[in-house]
Amino acid sequence: MAKFKMHLLVCGGTGCNASRSQEIAQNLTSSLKDNGLENEVQVILTGCFGFCEKGPIVKVMPDNTFYTEVKPEDATEIIMEHVIKGRKVTRLLYTDPENKQHVADSKHMGFYKKQMRIALRNCGYIDPQNIEEYIGADGYSALAKCLGEMTPEQVINEIKLSGLRGRGGGGFPTGLKWEIASKNHADQKYVVCNADEGDPGAFMDRSILEGDPHTVLEAMAINGFAIGATKGVIYIRAEYPLAINRLLVAIDQAHEYGLLGEDILGSGFNFDIELRYGAGAFVCGEETALIHSMEGQRGEPTFKPPFPAQSGYNKKPTNVNNVETYANIPIIITKGANWFNQIGTEKSKGTKVFALAGQINNVGLIEVPMGITLREIIYEIGGGIKGGREFKAVQTGGPSGGCLTTKHLDTPIDYDNLIAAGSMMGSGGMVVMDETSCMVAIAKFYLEFTVEESCGKCSPCRIGNKRLHEILEKITKGNGTMEDLDNLTNLGRVIKDASLCGLGQTSPNPVLSTIENFYDEYVEHIKDKKCKAGVCKSLMQYVVDQEQCVGCTACARNCPVNAISGEKKMPHFINTELCIKCGACIEKCKFNAISIC
Amino acid sequence: MAKVKLAESKINKIKEICASFGNKPGEAINVLHKVQGEFGYLPAEVQEVIAQELNVSVAQIYGIVTFYSFFTMTPKGEFPISVCMGTACYVRGAEKVLDEFKRELKIGVGETTPDGKFSLNCLRCVGACGLAPVVLIGEKVYGRLTPDGVKDILNEYRS
Repeated sequence: MAKFKMHLLVCGGTGCNASRSQEIAQNLTSSLKDNGLENEVQVILTGCFGFCEKGPIVKVMPDNTFYTEVKPEDATEIIMEHVIKGRKVTRLLYTDPENKQHVADSKHMGFYKKQMRIALRNCGYIDPQNIEEYIGADGYSALAKCLGEMTPEQVINEIKLSGLRGRGGGGFPTGLKWEIASKNHADQKYVVCNADEGDPGAFMDRSILEGDPHTVLEAMAINGFAIGATKGVIYIRAEYPLAINRLLVAIDQAHEYGLLGEDILGSGFNFDIELRYGAGAFVCGEETALIHSMEGQRGEPTFKPPFPAQSGYNKKPTNVNNVETYANIPIIITKGANWFNQIGTEKSKGTKVFALAGQINNVGLIEVPMGITLREIIYEIGGGIKGGREFKAVQTGGPSGGCLTTKHLDTPIDYDNLIAAGSMMGSGGMVVMDETSCMVAIAKFYLEFTVEESCGKCSPCRIGNKRLHEILEKITKGNGTMEDLDNLTNLGRVIKDASLCGLGQTSPNPVLSTIENFYDEYVEHIKDKKCKAGVCKSLMQYVVDQEQCVGCTACARNCPVNAISGEKKMPHFINTELCIKCGACIEKCKFNAISIC
Repeated sequence: MAKVKLAESKINKIKEICASFGNKPGEAINVLHKVQGEFGYLPAEVQEVIAQELNVSVAQIYGIVTFYSFFTMTPKGEFPISVCMGTACYVRGAEKVLDEFKRELKIGVGETTPDGKFSLNCLRCVGACGLAPVVLIGEKVYGRLTPDGVKDILNEYRS
């Protein structure tokens, strides 16, 4: 096998892929060939580095140089300068926004300093399509340890001792879940990996599957060994073609190496994995709904008990865990539960991956120890709010979560603290908002999602959420009353109490938490008919400042509904009855004479 | 039994797909994925054939098709446009971009232009939040889009 002196790691995650990272890798490879270096330097397309804001990313190993916003045209320069002459291409290095200095090594970048990568440990380091690289990174050694040195009870105990809780949102202790499934006896049991990531604004599962598929396969095999299951199923969104493709490659390779299939590593243990495709239904993230969907039916949840651990897929005991939960398993086995349970807070151990997005400087995928504060995430890792604007709120937990505000900035983040603050961990979406976001509109946005995704089986969720949405629509149109606020709160509580599954039980959270934390903003919409953020169109009026306007007629010419009138070189007027509030006039005005009030 | 108006070759193709999954009702979703991949959409006639092959009622197949957003009963345009309405894109102005597409194409969400060239849809998070707001046209991803850029992008496909 060729031994390479240098490796060029190119991010092949979804974001960077969209910015032509494949082409970068091709150009790097051909430039190496032109210079006769193809046997000394290797180009590897890896999983997501996480720093999507500055993508596409190219990392040079062993010197750990981190190039950002690389274009395919830059490939030759990287080869000629860095690889051949040993000089870093400074213009492609990350610039620290505070001191304007170039930072070459990712370890010294604010974005990475406070991160701790456990679930994402291999993303951005190995070639996900090459099982040997995974094995080289200690891969499949946890499975070997389980099969060779441990009993199923010992494996379950190790996971219990680690304190790992489900990363899909609920936070149920993983070891306990495995124990329950192991105690139910049947001729066939199943291990299911929930990869139906449907939460808008969360893409951690996708990144793990794309960047490190073998870790999920290994963990599922360990899970199978622990509970006595020989079949594994990955339920994955059909909208994730790249992840599906990489999983299929990984499964084939694992078979080839005898790490899946019959008599794994000569232990007598059989385990196989197949894929099932989701078809875009958020409710299928719920265990029972997911199982019905796997059976080829509508993904409607059913009442628990019986729990899947008792009667799940094909009516057999089934253990369902999320992708990120699985990504933690192999390393817990190799490094030991006592290593893992030193990380995090008292009741939430380990790390959590968050998809940091919204009005923040460093958008990307981050993994941080439990107990970190929002302030550290937003201002140190996230690099603060975009455009130096004011932080307003952060939404966690997606459509099931709530909004946290400045008063929560110093709360240590873990499962229990987030619930106490009226939100939840969820799958880990973290959307940062500044003063340009209207909280009433955000609540409405999430409700639209829930109304669309509600399966319709139980009436509190099907009808209740629809009514919540209508009331919010009324408020954003300027027709709300104070009584509506009480109705929102009461109805929200009823939906939470009376719904069948997790979707309905959490769907009013965005409404309730915004009413709790931004009560004044609701009152402003209702009483003053104003939307300070300028989002709710019905509450806005466009006016021409009579002193600033020079009468250039640019606005009138561009108004699609002819709502602007006025003589040439004379101040213009907007007819608010005709105005559709499209904003075209503001964009065309060179004199800042049009404003919204 | 409803009259099926499909061409013989199409019916055979559907039968072939059903058979490849052992004609098992439990494989209905996989069958629908495969058939939609083949034909682009799942009109009523196609659902009837599938129901017959899997030995379940048409209502059951129709129930599945309408339950999952991935399945569609109307043909998509030659260039399907999907505007990401995930939270990250939403707070970075995806709605304004969507409005501009609606205005330029004169169609609503879920519709196809009369010439069959473009269809407009929303989707939830493509996982490229770093590029928000994001629009997909076919397989191609356009990132950091502003309403101003919409016309130029459409022109790439119009000629």
